[in-house]
Amino acid sequence: MTSLHELSLREAARRVRRRETSSVELVRAALDRIAAVEPAVGAFLTVTDAEALGAAEAIDRRIAAGEDPGPLAGVPMGIKDIICTAGVRTTAGSRILERFVPAYDATVTARLKRAGAVIVGKLNCDEFAMGSSTENSALGTTRNPWDGNRVPGGSSGGSGAAVAAGECQAALGTDTGGSVRLPAAFCGVVGLKPTYGRVSRYGVIAYASSLDQVGPLARDVADTALMLEAIAGHDPADSTASPRPVPSYLAALEHGVRGLRLGLPREYFVEGMQPEVESGVRAAVRELERLGAIVEPVSLPHTEYAIATYYLIATAEASSNLARYDGIRYGLRVPADSLGAMYEASRAAGFGTEVKRRIMLGTYALSAGYYDAYYLKAQQVRTLIRRDFEQVFQRCEALVTPVAPTTAFRLGEKIADPLTMYLSDIFTISVNLAGLPGLALPCGFDASGLPIGLQVIGRPFDEETVLRVGAAYERATEWHRRRPSI
Amino acid sequence: MSAVETVIGLEVHAELLTRSKIFCRCSAAFGGPANTNVCPVCLGMPGVLPVLNRRVVEFAIRAGLATDCTIARSSRFARKNYFYPDLPKGYQISMYETPICTGGRLDVLVDGGTKRIGLTRIHMEEDTGKNIHDAHGDASLVDFNRSGVPLLEIVSEPDMRTVAEAGAYLRMLRSILMYLEICDGNMEEGSFRCDANVSVRPAGQAAFGTKVEIKNMNSFRAVEKAITYEVQRQTEALSSGERIVQETRLWDAEREETRSMRRKEYADDYRYFPEPDLLPLVVDAGWVDEIRATLPELPAARRDRFIRDHGLSPYDADVLTQRKDVADYFEAGVAAGAPPKEMANWVMTELLRIVREEKLDRALVVRDWPLMATQLARLALLVQAGTINRNTAKSLIPRLRGTGRDPEELVTAEGLAQVSDRAAIERAVAEVVARHPAQAAEFRAGKDRVLGFLVGQVMKASGGKANPQLVQELLREALGG
Amino acid sequence: MRYERVFVAITREEVRRVAALARLRLAPEEEARLTGDLDHILEAFARLSALDTKTVEPTAHVEDFGALLRQDTVENPRAGDEPLANAPARDGRFFKVPKIIE
Repeated sequence: MTSLHELSLREAARRVRRRETSSVELVRAALDRIAAVEPAVGAFLTVTDAEALGAAEAIDRRIAAGEDPGPLAGVPMGIKDIICTAGVRTTAGSRILERFVPAYDATVTARLKRAGAVIVGKLNCDEFAMGSSTENSALGTTRNPWDGNRVPGGSSGGSGAAVAAGECQAALGTDTGGSVRLPAAFCGVVGLKPTYGRVSRYGVIAYASSLDQVGPLARDVADTALMLEAIAGHDPADSTASPRPVPSYLAALEHGVRGLRLGLPREYFVEGMQPEVESGVRAAVRELERLGAIVEPVSLPHTEYAIATYYLIATAEASSNLARYDGIRYGLRVPADSLGAMYEASRAAGFGTEVKRRIMLGTYALSAGYYDAYYLKAQQVRTLIRRDFEQVFQRCEALVTPVAPTTAFRLGEKIADPLTMYLSDIFTISVNLAGLPGLALPCGFDASGLPIGLQVIGRPFDEETVLRVGAAYERATEWHRRRPSI
Repeated sequence: MSAVETVIGLEVHAELLTRSKIFCRCSAAFGGPANTNVCPVCLGMPGVLPVLNRRVVEFAIRAGLATDCTIARSSRFARKNYFYPDLPKGYQISMYETPICTGGRLDVLVDGGTKRIGLTRIHMEEDTGKNIHDAHGDASLVDFNRSGVPLLEIVSEPDMRTVAEAGAYLRMLRSILMYLEICDGNMEEGSFRCDANVSVRPAGQAAFGTKVEIKNMNSFRAVEKAITYEVQRQTEALSSGERIVQETRLWDAEREETRSMRRKEYADDYRYFPEPDLLPLVVDAGWVDEIRATLPELPAARRDRFIRDHGLSPYDADVLTQRKDVADYFEAGVAAGAPPKEMANWVMTELLRIVREEKLDRALVVRDWPLMATQLARLALLVQAGTINRNTAKSLIPRLRGTGRDPEELVTAEGLAQVSDRAAIERAVAEVVARHPAQAAEFRAGKDRVLGFLVGQVMKASGGKANPQLVQELLREALGG
Repeated sequence: MRYERVFVAITREEVRRVAALARLRLAPEEEARLTGDLDHILEAFARLSALDTKTVEPTAHVEDFGALLRQDTVENPRAGDEPLANAPARDGRFFKVPKIIE
């Protein structure tokens, strides 16, 4: 008999709508699970039990009154603490916002609520989404549910860990260079970065404006598709959100992959990769071929320049986006006699090491005399990287790659040299630079029992194909059903 | 000292008369208790995003068309990054490499001729909040009501060579923006701001001298005084071999001098880059044509028409067309039958005096004129016809104010018509001459000035109603002069 | 992980200038470490300069749709206390900061 917290999102919502279970029961089960595993996992920075139970009661009342509670009917979810939730502390994993309570919801928060979801808490992340392991959070440590000595991935580590540990049916994360896909891969769950502009960024604390996207994490592809349907679509509060209509992503999952042309970019199978990751991904590719897909080798020649391109553009935008944290209207203020001293002391005390490093790098890249050589150059190389994908997508409908060169590494292992940490993003980063949709899903486990992630990359606004590939693979395999023994 | 040439460029920031702010749905109206006219967007809260107000773009295009600019088909906002308490995001959304308008010009009347002054660019940006010093003096207080109000930045070419040219350019630009109804042109209240770039060079030198930026000039007079002072300062420096520092100086209205701003350790580097939260703005020819069709007759064209059709002098036409509401008022009066020269005179002397004294011109359009145009026209006609004299007419203005009363009807009702009856005035003249033999003798002796006194006496005796020209004529006759 | 520095592309003085621009107060050890970090990172990024991008347009945006323009309507109500609810220091309805000297 499946415990309530182990139900998929779809199944849980179905039972609530059919009154086989109540939202309050679901939420209580989630809160119990949270209480039980949080000491080992540390996924949440804030648990909103009172508000969640209140919301659950309201949903149950509406159902009793015959109203339609929405497609996410009464199901508990967590939200990465970089996404604003009205009346609930939102920290971005940073001391500088440790006590910040927004009066407004992000658009995605409001849409989840409107779809009937119940928010049970805010999830830990690397500070201002800068990191690949969640070790840069200033407010807590999150551990991988599969092995407590290892990282959950980042920056949406809390989101990945919470879903993997059964603390909520689904979660929202954000992905700027891989921050939804990497935790999904390290934690053995499904994570999607939608096409840039598919989901509103309003109320999402900005790291890199031209790269950030909100993405769902869940236990299987169908749940992920359901989440995307709830949050995607035009938003008059976000000028970069696309006006394209939102299709039914769930419906797209039905079709298999027979005849689908899949590309395997050779630059994504590099020396230095963990051998089990490579063999796991190649096995998944063979499975897709067995299901009828046509796989062919392709090339994305500018891949080797992606890390530098990303880190120049993202840090430049971030250095500007983080200028508003000055201790005047909100956030940490260190009192000082002069204005200048107040700025400098507050920001020095409020920002962690990695954030400072990226602000410095970004400021430098934009500064007089260096703009052309760094920022402008990076934007030009970005165009070359996009063109690589455009070329390849003329022949293929999707690409298949690993998510990361390794499985989850140990806490503290990569913290010493920033560049080593940056290299974790090598397979995910180009997808953000080109604004494409990318799905991560489990495709195996290594000898240590750690999940291996498979990435499917699609054409702009073609989440349907990407989800379809994932769903077909899932139907033929059992990886997504494995749970950590926590 | 050898001749020195002055080079002046002006940078204007105009607050736009849109209903809402440039990037959010807060009201753009002035006033209200501190921090009430704000929202997460214009407060720079975490996670907020800008959405561009269509009307701001429309106003920018209007301004560009009215100044003969090229309207860019595609333009991009950019971030100007710096730290200041009134700048909530730590950057201002402005435009840098790709402004919406470029390459315009203004033709202004100055020193009896026309001078063409080039306009480098016009772009859109957001205004900042306001800092004020607190009562105790150890802190500053910040109000963000003004944060996000839309501004047009209008930059001239460094084409001006005299303070008069600068003043004429500024007045013309302001008139244009007010005619277009995109800005109320109020320098004192800060909706029309001007910074000046001033340099000098030895006459004949092609290269520009070091340019100094002057800020904090809050009226037309201040602009003129500040530029004059700065030119003087730089000329003296030049002639004594002193180096002129490229810097920003503030106009001190009390001490009437410009002074250096506090020097910062590292100069501000604004690190401009294209605003990633806003997509490139594409303006198609169709929209530009639509907007062009709504442009009113502009000040220069209207001025020329006044000279041509109403026979006014260039100076008078210039004054009457500086504000559209004044020009409309004048033409309403002419339409009501007043001779143009008379109407012009009455508007420029009496009407505008009251309007300025009572600061009725602080608004874009004067809401309540001291007198209706038709009433002023009627007064002008009555004076021209000799029915009443000027003094009587002036005295009637406050009495007619706020009423819709026809001046002619009031004159008749109270018997205010001036006396032009020769015989009656001759009698009054005779009486006055008899009563003031000393002054009469002085006049006969050649002291012409004393006639004024005698005219005054006759006017008094007639209760102010005698026709002054006739009185003068008959007095001279009586005195044999 | 130890790394070899082949050349110093960024000086400590520049790090100070950049820190001032970013309003970050750095302790001397931080300054030294950041100089090394940035130098190391920028050296790795120097390979970008090898690419010929003379005829390549910088990516202005990845979207396929035009600028969003909204109608000029006022929709925000007069704010109550929310704008100031998170203020570290306030004086009535104003945000308070150390005195600004022109």
